[in-house]
Amino acid sequence: MSSVDATTLNPPVAFKVGWPGLAVIGAWLAVALLISYWPNATRDWPMTQGLAHLCVGVAAVFGVSSVAGRRFARLGLRLRGAASWLIALPLLLGIWELLTAKLALLPVPFFAPPQALLAVYVEDYVRLADSLLHSALLLGAGVALGAATGFIAGVAIGWSTRIGYWLHPVLRILGPVPSTALLPLCFFLFPSSWSASVFLIALATWFPVTVLTWSGVASVDKAYYDVARTLGAKQPFLIFKVAIPAALPHVFVGLFMGLGASFSTLVVAEMMGVKSGIGWYLQWAQGWAAYANMYAALLIMALACSGLISGLFRLRDHLLAWQKGAMKW
Amino acid sequence: MVALATAVEAAAGLALRIENLSHGFALDGEHLPVLQRVSLDVAAGEFVALLGPSGCGKSTLLRLVAGLEPADSGRLLADGEPISGPDPSRVVVFQDPTLYPWRRVWDNVALGLEAQGLLKTHAAKVDEALERVGLSQFARAFPRQLSGGMAQRVALARALVNQPRLLILDEPLGKLDSLTRITMQKELIDLWQRQGYTALLVTHDVEEALLLANRVIVFSDRPATLQAQLTIERPYPRHRDDPYLVDLRRQILGLLGLGENW
Repeated sequence: MSSVDATTLNPPVAFKVGWPGLAVIGAWLAVALLISYWPNATRDWPMTQGLAHLCVGVAAVFGVSSVAGRRFARLGLRLRGAASWLIALPLLLGIWELLTAKLALLPVPFFAPPQALLAVYVEDYVRLADSLLHSALLLGAGVALGAATGFIAGVAIGWSTRIGYWLHPVLRILGPVPSTALLPLCFFLFPSSWSASVFLIALATWFPVTVLTWSGVASVDKAYYDVARTLGAKQPFLIFKVAIPAALPHVFVGLFMGLGASFSTLVVAEMMGVKSGIGWYLQWAQGWAAYANMYAALLIMALACSGLISGLFRLRDHLLAWQKGAMKW
Repeated sequence: MVALATAVEAAAGLALRIENLSHGFALDGEHLPVLQRVSLDVAAGEFVALLGPSGCGKSTLLRLVAGLEPADSGRLLADGEPISGPDPSRVVVFQDPTLYPWRRVWDNVALGLEAQGLLKTHAAKVDEALERVGLSQFARAFPRQLSGGMAQRVALARALVNQPRLLILDEPLGKLDSLTRITMQKELIDLWQRQGYTALLVTHDVEEALLLANRVIVFSDRPATLQAQLTIERPYPRHRDDPYLVDLRRQILGLLGLGENW
């Protein structure tokens, strides 16, 4: 549908969009047909037709946007970049569908077919959304606290030997302890499991942010300070306009590590004590042998964590635009 | 604002007096003397070049004059006032441009004004300084996008924007290719003649010292003492093939122990 009307205005673009575009639409329609008309093997999964409709919907959305991509260059470019994945995804979906629902080659309660996940999203979205919200609040509070205190502590240790004298031993003893190991202790030290979890997530974030900020501040080229001082800079200028911007690349490495550590602390905390959130949902689904719910929650978690990391990368790219050849996420 | 304006109009160089200056470093627990009883007078508006063997302590002397470190003993006077710390009237241009990579060229040049809280009222000076070194078009560029010579010119603009009364040049052209060096040497002379500041230049290049300076000071090996002074009475622009300068160069190289074999 996109190559037939290849216009003479921009034939090379039309040609490039054309065949891969048709292949994408064809693949999604093919997997829709497979889901819809191949009979399910062991049981009649609900939402089987729903999944087929969804695939047709994806094909339609792609068709519309690739036509729009002719007009909006950026959209067209993104679609072309993603074309191979857009073909691979329905193929993988088809294989998954065959192995589970259609041929039942994988043991059934443990491996759910894709339509079961879709059913979970449709039936249980309220609880999933609620879990996601609670996880986000807990993670947000912990990471914000840990990143802020870690940044301040790192700058302080890197800058002032007197503060470093007191903070450094604390950092060395407390920092490397896996924060999940402190979980039982914190659950009875803190008034609520929520505040205990915030503390632990903050701790998990705090350590790498502190160490990397510290190393960033400590490794600032001393000549930068000389330059600023001869130009009349005082202490606050040296900290806020020289040390901190120069240390930012390190700080971001610390933030990435801290964010990663915070994810695992969050999930463990939710599994062990907090009575809401995605981690709790996972535990709960497993307890009821509701494996489809578990996969559904895992998928949401993967997308959410990936989204957060992407967001952090965007922030970094924005703040560190001056860096050459920075890694792209 | 008024004070700054008068300083500009006075455009006066600063008279520097160095009296019995000694300085050293602790190296592996031992005291390493670097400067020994150095005395030197630099008149306002003079261009003085310091030559000496590598590692003899010339750069240390500049750091002391800039006020970046306190001297072990002896006195440093700027217009009769003891130097107790860095001051924007005495600006250093280092061998490396040391531009801040996270700041655009314009913001790098604005550094001194920003640090002194003068940026709001004096932003036009930044444009002026960039114009003077011929880099107005690169105001929005990041330092990584500049060539070595351009970066050093930005560093020069960053120094000039503060209307220094003493410009301290620590081998500022040391890392540039020879063609860029020649252009920059011309620019340095131009700026000095126009602005009237006092200039103190450390260099390893005898020819450069002879082309730029009113007076060349030759230091001995570490601990550095004053070995010789040569006044160069030649108008600018000077030419490197001038027989008078060629003769002086031979003399100086002899003083540095390289008379025979170059």
